[in-house]
Amino acid sequence: MKRLAIAIAAIGFAAPINAQQPAAADPHAGHDMGAKPAPETPVADPHAGHDMGAKPAAGPAGEEVGTAPAPAPPIDHAADAVWGAAALTASRASLRREHGGFQGSMILFNLAEYQARSGTDGYRWEGEGWFGGDIHRFVLKSEGEGDVRGSVENAEVQALYSRAIDPWWNLQAGVRYDIRPDPQRAFAVLGIEGLAPYWFKAGGALFLSTKGELLGRIEGFYDQRITQRLVLQPRAEIDVAAQDIPEIGVGAGLSSVEVGLRLRYEIEREFAPYIGIEWASDIGDTARYARAVGKEPSSFSLVAGIRFWF
Amino acid sequence: MTPLTDRRNFLRTASMFGGALAIPAMPAMPAWARSGTHGLGSAIDVLTGNDIKLSIGHAPLRVGGRTSHAIAVNGTVPGPLIRLKEGQDVRISVTNTLAEDSSIHWHGLLLPFQYDGVPGVSFPGIKPGETFVYEFPIRQSGTYWYHSHSGLQEAMGHFGSMVIDPAGIDRVGFDREHVLVLSDWSAMHPHAILKKLKQNGGNFNFQKQTLGGLLTGKDQSAAERRMWGKMRMDPTDISDVTGAIYTYLVNGHGPDENWTGLFAPGERVRLRIVNAAAMTNFNVRLPGLAMTIVAADGNLVRPVETDEFQIGVAETYDVIVRPAEDRAYGFIAESIDRSGMVRATLAPRLGMVAPVPERRPRPLLTMKDMGMEMAGHDMAGMSHDMGSMKMPDPSVAPQVRMGPGVATLAAMPMDRTAERPTGLEDVPHRVLTYSQLRSLDPNPDPRNPSREIDIHLTANMERYMWSFDGVKFSEGAEPLAFRHNERVRVNLINDTMMPHPIHLHGHFFEVVMGEKGHRPVKHTVNVLPGGKVAFDLTADALGDWAFHCHMMLHMHAGMFRVVTVRADEDAA
Repeated sequence: MKRLAIAIAAIGFAAPINAQQPAAADPHAGHDMGAKPAPETPVADPHAGHDMGAKPAAGPAGEEVGTAPAPAPPIDHAADAVWGAAALTASRASLRREHGGFQGSMILFNLAEYQARSGTDGYRWEGEGWFGGDIHRFVLKSEGEGDVRGSVENAEVQALYSRAIDPWWNLQAGVRYDIRPDPQRAFAVLGIEGLAPYWFKAGGALFLSTKGELLGRIEGFYDQRITQRLVLQPRAEIDVAAQDIPEIGVGAGLSSVEVGLRLRYEIEREFAPYIGIEWASDIGDTARYARAVGKEPSSFSLVAGIRFWF
Repeated sequence: MTPLTDRRNFLRTASMFGGALAIPAMPAMPAWARSGTHGLGSAIDVLTGNDIKLSIGHAPLRVGGRTSHAIAVNGTVPGPLIRLKEGQDVRISVTNTLAEDSSIHWHGLLLPFQYDGVPGVSFPGIKPGETFVYEFPIRQSGTYWYHSHSGLQEAMGHFGSMVIDPAGIDRVGFDREHVLVLSDWSAMHPHAILKKLKQNGGNFNFQKQTLGGLLTGKDQSAAERRMWGKMRMDPTDISDVTGAIYTYLVNGHGPDENWTGLFAPGERVRLRIVNAAAMTNFNVRLPGLAMTIVAADGNLVRPVETDEFQIGVAETYDVIVRPAEDRAYGFIAESIDRSGMVRATLAPRLGMVAPVPERRPRPLLTMKDMGMEMAGHDMAGMSHDMGSMKMPDPSVAPQVRMGPGVATLAAMPMDRTAERPTGLEDVPHRVLTYSQLRSLDPNPDPRNPSREIDIHLTANMERYMWSFDGVKFSEGAEPLAFRHNERVRVNLINDTMMPHPIHLHGHFFEVVMGEKGHRPVKHTVNVLPGGKVAFDLTADALGDWAFHCHMMLHMHAGMFRVVTVRADEDAA
């Protein structure tokens, strides 16, 4: 009898029956009363007092779900019959556009900085913009540098089609045009860019010039959040070449390496002044070419700039 | 039980004692939403009757001392309370004074599909300068709401509440009632918010894990951070849009404006709580006051006493509180990522305040939220395995179209309806779980489902892409087809690390929990991260209906479908 009462209590008649049972008789007593209404509960429920706090979440056995086939999706629209098909055309198109058809843009300058170093100080920029939707984008990239007294040393612009190929990576193809150094050069570009495991932003590209020269570049950075707004960004870039290109001072093999560490403060996410250090060096034949024209093949800079996007 | 007329008499008396009816904290605030209101019975501009007129237009909204641009119904945010009675017919004329199309969807109402108010699904929308007349019978009772289904107008203030009194006596006895409409307000245009999220996924999260935190022993260990980093998952990604740009409101009042609802000690006060926020799930509590949940999504449930509950976007809960003392009680609604909160006050007199509890620390997501925790295993023991697990593994969800929009799949999604929701796992008081909700009335359709379908909730948070089954609505997703009066079990599987309040228009469904017969009857169900929820649907409303995540930006990004209900012979 007592066991029966406990069993009933367990399946949901806890409150009224518990009242007649010693508390110890019910393991749930005083425990699963989340559902127990006060006696003065304002609901006129004849079942008031039922408790459901301890029910299992899944549907119990014996509740069979059939295997009827799904109907074929209709090709007509119910609203057409009420309002006329013509009246719905525009709103149906905008319904579709407004539920996933995002189109937007972003302009980001990760680097826009002054570089203080022995010899002549310089400046440097690296920015990119995208225009389009989630998958297909038109991407513009530009990077370059110069010294404050002379002219621009390097300046390149890339115009790329970018396609998201998986959750993290975009495949990019297009053209690159080097405005400096002289003589100017045009390249075809094939690259990949995205987010690597551990939140590294990474990218790599091959550049084939109209003269048949092949260059390559890989770069990456990592944003280490120190506080919610203070971010340390280690960054590296490596350039390689398949052949010597003396006229622009590039030697075959590893041609240059650049490593930087920048500390920014995000006044807004979109606007972050930074300071940092950068070491850049030409390597091998590229260094030799540099020395031949009286340039220092490697430099160490203190940098200050602003990272911004909109 | 208090008959309706007695209650009204009582309130009339109460308001005479109360002197000034209400003190407007803002210009053009509807009386029921004004601070210091005595409750619904005393409000003077609640819209009732068979012929209701609404106007959609631009309006300035003053929040926290700043005025910004809102889209308002009848000039106020929230819009007017519409109070109807079960069994009546209503004719609602809606005039659009905007320069763009608009609409009103009656959230949770059972009505002919052509009056459901979704442009492009149920009707053409309301053109600028036009008046559209909605006409439908009222077949239900409870607490509901309405909002724009055009663009992101809802996020700009275009929403309001609805109360439908039952045809007979109200089985919820109460002496006084207040409507509390929760919302999130930003001066930033919702399209700008979306653009920033597309540009920079975690843009509004200022509660990320930091090196500083690691060094002071906060949050995850270095090993856990490495594991999550390897998967490119952020355990602090709880809300997309946060208190960094949102001010949270109760009836259009921010925390400083302290909306106050009055009571007399000892009264049973019914709070009709509507989450009309665009992007915010709230944790709701009244410190020092137990709440008895009596209805969810408009439908009565067996009373459940609790101390705190999480309300998903677009859900409604009716709770009874019985403030016995002659003192103020705080009504605290905290965004689930704890980036902000709004407090309002229940008090015997105006000008009283209760202590505001400190904001609790933001929670961290776990492997379970990724749908990757096996029951009984602890985190520490699993970290190695999980780190080496290939993710996502498409074999766990063959129907999902893999691609850039699907960053994760829940390998082991769990039924989490009996669990406390995100962030409330360890709070030292009672917390409502879905499994505690039981319908007061028997479920109307006792049939077992004749079939079932799975719907995966999918996303890539870094690209800010949201979809069902990996397909955005804009990509030409096929409708979800149902036969008229067919009984179908719908399994929602959340492959993302965020909760999604999933809403079906024009129908109620029973959330499959516990024994059948008294399952809670809802129009919106919040699916926890890495979790799954099943609901049984009787597709009894012919026509085309919207089905979507009610996080406005998730919907706008593609987490949307059309549901069709057709008589069998119509099915193509």
